[in-house]
Amino acid sequence: MIPALAADGLLAAGILALALGCVATRRAFASAALFIAYGLLLALAWARLDAPDVALTEASIGAGLSGVLLLGGVRRLEGLAEPSPDAETGPLLTILIGIGCAALTVAIGAAVLLLPDPTPSLAPQVAANLATTDLGNPVTAVLMSFRALDTLLESAVVLLAVVCVWALTPEGGWGGVAGLRQPVVRDGPLALLARVLPPLGIVIAIHILWVGADAPGGKFQAAAVLAAMWLMPWMAGLAPAPRIDARWLRLVLAAGPALFILIGLGGALAEGAFLAYPPGWAKPLILAIEIVLTASIAVALALLVMGPPEPPR
Amino acid sequence: MAWDMLPMLAVMLPVLAMVAAVPLGARGAERLTLAYAPVGLALAIGIMLVVQLGGVPIRQELGHWAPPLGIAFRADGLAAAMLLTAALIIGAIAIFARADFGTAAGAAERRQAFAFWPLLLGLWAAINLAVVANDLFTLYVALELLTFAAMPLVCLDGSRATLQAALRYLMFALLGSVLYLLGVALIYGSAGTLDIVLLAQRVRGDIPVMIAIAVMTAGLLAKTALLPLHLWLPPAHAGAPAAASAVLSALVVKGSFVLVLRLWFGVMARVPMPDAAQILAGLGAAAILLGSVAALGQARLKLLVAYSTVAQIGYLFLMFPLLAASAGEVAAKAWTGGVVQAVSHAFAKAAMFLAAGIMAARFGHDRIADLSGAGRAMPVTLLTFALAGLSLMGVPPSGGFAAKWLLLSAAIGAGQWWWALVILGGGLLTGGYVYRVLAMGLRAGDPAPEPAPVAWQRDGIALALALVSVVLGFLPLAAFGLVQIGRLDVSP
Amino acid sequence: MTGTIFGLVGAALIGIGLFGMLVRRDALLRILSFNLLGGGVFLVFGAVARRGAGAGFGGDPVPQAIILTGIVVAFAATTLAVALVLRLAAAKDRA
Repeated sequence: MIPALAADGLLAAGILALALGCVATRRAFASAALFIAYGLLLALAWARLDAPDVALTEASIGAGLSGVLLLGGVRRLEGLAEPSPDAETGPLLTILIGIGCAALTVAIGAAVLLLPDPTPSLAPQVAANLATTDLGNPVTAVLMSFRALDTLLESAVVLLAVVCVWALTPEGGWGGVAGLRQPVVRDGPLALLARVLPPLGIVIAIHILWVGADAPGGKFQAAAVLAAMWLMPWMAGLAPAPRIDARWLRLVLAAGPALFILIGLGGALAEGAFLAYPPGWAKPLILAIEIVLTASIAVALALLVMGPPEPPR
Repeated sequence: MAWDMLPMLAVMLPVLAMVAAVPLGARGAERLTLAYAPVGLALAIGIMLVVQLGGVPIRQELGHWAPPLGIAFRADGLAAAMLLTAALIIGAIAIFARADFGTAAGAAERRQAFAFWPLLLGLWAAINLAVVANDLFTLYVALELLTFAAMPLVCLDGSRATLQAALRYLMFALLGSVLYLLGVALIYGSAGTLDIVLLAQRVRGDIPVMIAIAVMTAGLLAKTALLPLHLWLPPAHAGAPAAASAVLSALVVKGSFVLVLRLWFGVMARVPMPDAAQILAGLGAAAILLGSVAALGQARLKLLVAYSTVAQIGYLFLMFPLLAASAGEVAAKAWTGGVVQAVSHAFAKAAMFLAAGIMAARFGHDRIADLSGAGRAMPVTLLTFALAGLSLMGVPPSGGFAAKWLLLSAAIGAGQWWWALVILGGGLLTGGYVYRVLAMGLRAGDPAPEPAPVAWQRDGIALALALVSVVLGFLPLAAFGLVQIGRLDVSP
Repeated sequence: MTGTIFGLVGAALIGIGLFGMLVRRDALLRILSFNLLGGGVFLVFGAVARRGAGAGFGGDPVPQAIILTGIVVAFAATTLAVALVLRLAAAKDRA
C-alpha cells in the first residue's frame, strides 16, 4: 500500500513538474521536448490506473506522434520567420488569469473529491454483455459494439482532418507530395533506427492489432505504430511521401470508414438497427472492420504529421 | 420502411458521402453533393412528418444496445426543425457554390474545389448529428466534426488575414470542446450514464454536476460566440467566401446553441437554474445591443453582416430565464420563440451573406460607402438584403417577427418586462444598420460592371432563402407546435 | 486512492494548460498548452474510470474507451492547429 502510494505520488509530482516546465519555458524547442517526457510519464499513470489500452494509446499517439509533430513544427518555424513579435501578456493580466486558472483547478479538484462513492459504473453491464460480442477485451467491445458509433464517427473525423490539412496547401502546391521533402540522413541514430525499426515495428503493430480483440491493444495503437514506422524512414529521407492526388492513397484513406458505415447499414437492413451485428457474425465483422480501419487510420495519421504539400522552390 | 431509421440515415448518409468524396476528387464530390442534397431534404421532411403526426420523438438504439450501455438517436421536434433548416440551406448553398467551387469536365482539380465539397458534407453530417444524438460524448464528437469542417471554410482563400482568423477561431473552438469534455467526465462520474433522457431523470443538483454544467456552458458559449466570447466571429465569418460565410453564420453557431439547450433543459430538466439563466440572458442582451451598435459602425458590408450575427445570437439566450422561471403556456412560448429565432435567423442570415457576396463580387469590394447604384444595377440582390433585414428587425409579417413576438409576450407573461425592452431596442438598432445599407444602395451612382452569366441563378437562391425567412411569419402559430414535441423539461 | 490522486493531478493540469493557452503568445506554446489541458481532462475521466472498477475489471471500460477515442481526436486537432500555424508563418514570411 505505502510503496504504491509513494510511486503514485512520485509519478504525479513528475507529471506536474514537466507540465509546469512546458508552460514556463519560453523556448518552444525545450517546451516540446518536455512535452514528450510528460507524455511518457502520463502513459505510466494510465498503467497505474489499470487502463493499459489508454496507456498504449497515450505512449504511441499522445507522446510519440504528437512529439514528432511538435518538434517538427518547432524546427520549421525556426527556419521560417522571426520569433513572434507579439508582446507578452502584461503582469497584471497574467496574475488575474493565474488566479482564475487556480480557481478552476480547485473547483475541478473539489468535484473529483465529491464524486459519489461508490462511483456509478457500467462495468457490470459490460461484463454481462461481453459474451455476446465474442471479444475478450472489454474496451474493444465498447469501441466496436456497445459504442461503435463513436468509433465510426471518430474515423470520419480523422479523415476530415486530412482534408483540412490538405486544404491548407499553399498556392502552387496542390497535387504535390505531402509535406516538406526530407534530405537524406546518412549517419547518426535516426539513419540507423529508420533502417532497423520498421520491419520490427510492423510485426509489433500486427501483433497489437491481432491481440486487441482479447488483450490490451487494437486498431488505434497499431495504426499509430504503423504510422511511426512510415514516418521514421520518411524523416531520414529514405521513404518517399505520397502525392496527395494519388488515387490509391485516397482509396486507402476512405476504405476504413466506408466499410464501417456499410457494415453498419447492413446491420440496419438485416437486424433492424444501425451497427447491429447478426448473431454469430460479430467477431468476424469486427475483425474485418479493424483490419481495414487500421490501414486507413495509419495512413491518415502519417499524412497528418507530414502536413500539406509545399510548392516546389 | 422502418421510420426509426430516418434520423440515423440523416446522419450517416452525409458522412458516407463525405468519405466517398475524398477518392472521387473535386468533380465527383461536387456531383455527389448535388445528387445527395434532394435525398437529404427528403429525409428531413420525412422526419418532420413522422414527428409531427406521431407526436413523439423518433428513437433508435444503435446496435440494439439500450442506454446507458449503448447510444440512442432521438429526433424530437427541435431536431426535426433544425434538420429541415439545415437541409434547405445546405442544398441552396450547394447550388450557389457551383460557380465558385465547381470543376469543369476534364479540368485539373483545384485545392478549394477539392476541399469545399467534403467540408460541406461533413458540416451537414455534424449539424444533423448535433441535433439528433442523445449521448453527451457522441455530441462531443459532433462538436469536433463541426469545428473541423468549419475551420478550413474560414480560410479557403488562403490569404494571411483569413488564416489568422481561422487560427483564432480554432483556438476558441478547441478550448470550447475540451471544456465541454471535462463536464462530460464529471457528469459520467456522478450519474453513470451519458444518455440525456436518463440523465434528465437521474440528475440532481449536486456539486460535481453543477461544476460540470458551468464549464460545459462556458465552452459551448465560446463556440456559439455569445458576447464576451464573440471576438473570433466577425473576422472569421466576414473573411470566408460568401457560400461558406452563409453556412457558418446560419448553421454552425446553432449547433453548439442546441447543445446548450440540451444541457439546460434536458440534462438539468429537473433542476431549474433561474439565477444563472438571468446572467445568460444578460449576456444575450449585451450582445444584442453592443453587437448591433458595432454593426452600425462597420465600414464593410460583410463585417456588418457578421456583427449582426453577434447581435442575433443574443436573442437566442433570452429564452433561458423565461423558461427557468415559468411553466405551461408562457414557457412554451419562450421555447418556441427561441427555436423560431434560431430557424428564421438561419434563413435570413444565409440570404444576407449571399446577397453581400453577390454585391462584393459585382463591385469588386464591399465598402458600404461605395455601394451607391446597387439598387439600379442589382435590384433583386438589394431586395434580398432588405427582406432578410426585415426579418432580422422583427417587422411583421416575418419569421423574425414571430420569434420576437413570442419572446416578448413570454417576457411579459413571466413578469420579466426588462427583456421586452431589450427586444424592442434591438429591433430599432437592427433597423438602423439595415437602413444604412439600403439607403446607400438606392442612391444613384456609377453603373456596376456587368454581371456574370450565372448571376440570375445565384440571385434567385439568395432571394428564395430570404423569402423563407419571411414566409415563416405567415405560418399559423399551431404549426410551431412541432418544436414542443419531446421537450424534456415538461413533466410527462 | 490511485484514482483520486491522478484525478487531482488532472485538475492541476487543467489549470496549468488553461493558463498557458491564455497567457502565452507563441502559437505553438498555446497548442502545447491545449494538449496539457486535454491530458488533464482525460486524467479526470481516468479517475472516474478507476473509481468505477468492478465486475473483474480494473476500471470501468466505458470511460476508458471514451478516453481512447478522445486522445485520437485531440491528436487530429493538434495536427490541424500546427499545420495552420506553419501555413500562417510561411504567409508572413512571404509578405
